Amino acid sequence: MQINWFTVIAQILNFLVLVWLMKRYLYKPILSMIDDREKKIAGQLADAKTKKNEAKAEQDEFNKKNEVFEQQKKDMMDKATAEAGVLSQKLQDDAKTKAKNLQDKLEKTVQEQQADLNKQLQQKTEQGVFAITKKVLADLADVNFEEQSVNVFVKQISNIKDDEKDLFKKALLSASGSILVQSAFDLSEKQQSGIKSAVIKMLGSNPSFQFKTSTALLGGIELTTNGYKLAWSITEYVSSFEKSIAASNQQIPVTEKKHHAVK
Amino acid sequence: MKMTPDETVFWSHGFVTINLTLVTTWAIMLFMVVGAKLITRDLKSNNKISRWQCVLEIIVTSINEQINDLGLPKSELYIGFIGTLFLFVAMCNFWIILPWYQPPTGSLSTTTALALCVFLSVPYFGIQKSGIGGYLKTYIQPTFIMLPFNIISELSRTLALAVRLFGNIMSGVMIIGILLSITPLFIPLVMKALGLLTGMVQAYIFSILATVYIAAAVQESVKKDKKIKKKLTTN
Repeated sequence: MQINWFTVIAQILNFLVLVWLMKRYLYKPILSMIDDREKKIAGQLADAKTKKNEAKAEQDEFNKKNEVFEQQKKDMMDKATAEAGVLSQKLQDDAKTKAKNLQDKLEKTVQEQQADLNKQLQQKTEQGVFAITKKVLADLADVNFEEQSVNVFVKQISNIKDDEKDLFKKALLSASGSILVQSAFDLSEKQQSGIKSAVIKMLGSNPSFQFKTSTALLGGIELTTNGYKLAWSITEYVSSFEKSIAASNQQIPVTEKKHHAVK
Repeated sequence: MKMTPDETVFWSHGFVTINLTLVTTWAIMLFMVVGAKLITRDLKSNNKISRWQCVLEIIVTSINEQINDLGLPKSELYIGFIGTLFLFVAMCNFWIILPWYQPPTGSLSTTTALALCVFLSVPYFGIQKSGIGGYLKTYIQPTFIMLPFNIISELSRTLALAVRLFGNIMSGVMIIGILLSITPLFIPLVMKALGLLTGMVQAYIFSILATVYIAAAVQESVKKDKKIKKKLTTN
């Protein structure tokens, strides 16, 4: 049971060599590998945490965007509603304006028709009055209407006032002495000469005459020279009757009814 | 009957003697280094590791934890020495399950060598940690009167280490040898099992004591570090 000192020294060396070898081949690789694994796990955990945070941030951002989007949607909806309201109002106004225009047009048309009708009525009345007068005069007084109307016209020329006579003269002078005589019926030679002589007597000169028959002059005679006109016709007598007819037509509320229908 | 493997000499020339202790030690060293090399050549840091890697990881991390538990914070500095001490002694004692095997730890020369290594490692780590002054101060702790006692303690514990391991292992081998000659069947087997347990316990005790001695030498500076850290955290 002795100590072999060579063995002791050799064992010390052996042990130190073993320590070095074990450090190199066992502890270092194992510990560094464990460290690596711990780092890797820590890294993975950190990564997971980062990803979780990122996911949360993204979710928050998404929620925020969603809110903004909702707000924008609401704003746009409100805007669209407002615009639609404005447009609706505009369309309503347009429609009302158009309706008003149409109504005005209709009223105008009705008025025109009314006027047309009045005119036709007037003409018919004139013609009727003319025919009746003619017949009454012929039957009762045995008087020719045309002849009598020429006589009245001649009398009118003879009784013309001085100032009117001057105006007529001036007009005649500027028209180089030509007078146009229009009548609703054909004037006989005698009648023509009667008118001529009356005019010559009134003017004191002998102008040139031109005789024309015009159906527009209902039962009347017209003497014109450069803007000056001297006339007699049945129209004047009819005018009062015409007025009364117009008054009676106005009492018929045709347009009023239509107006209510449009509204 | 040969008491220790030192007595089996293969070759001798003057002071140099190649005996069974050295040959067995080399064989165990070779086995340990080759085994470690083979297992650690393909280490993986992911979840799919080999069984041997798993075993080595358990051993290494357990040693690491033990060192930490005994008050040495930076265990990676000491695991080379303490871990090898444990593994070497454990390996030497483990192979007693083989017949005719004589563990190197049954030789007083080996245990003396190991105890001397521990004896020298204490000042080595102490100086490394807190400098020569810091380490020498530990001899006059708590007062300078304790200096001779501390020195005696240092020497006696080294002697105790060497003799404890040698005595335990040698006695185990001796008992088995004696029992083999008296009752060759069964009883030696039980005793071998007991010897295996004793061997493992001795390996543990040897390395734990070494750790405690080193920790005692390093402790002063560790305390200082802790005080500084505490100050820093309170500030």
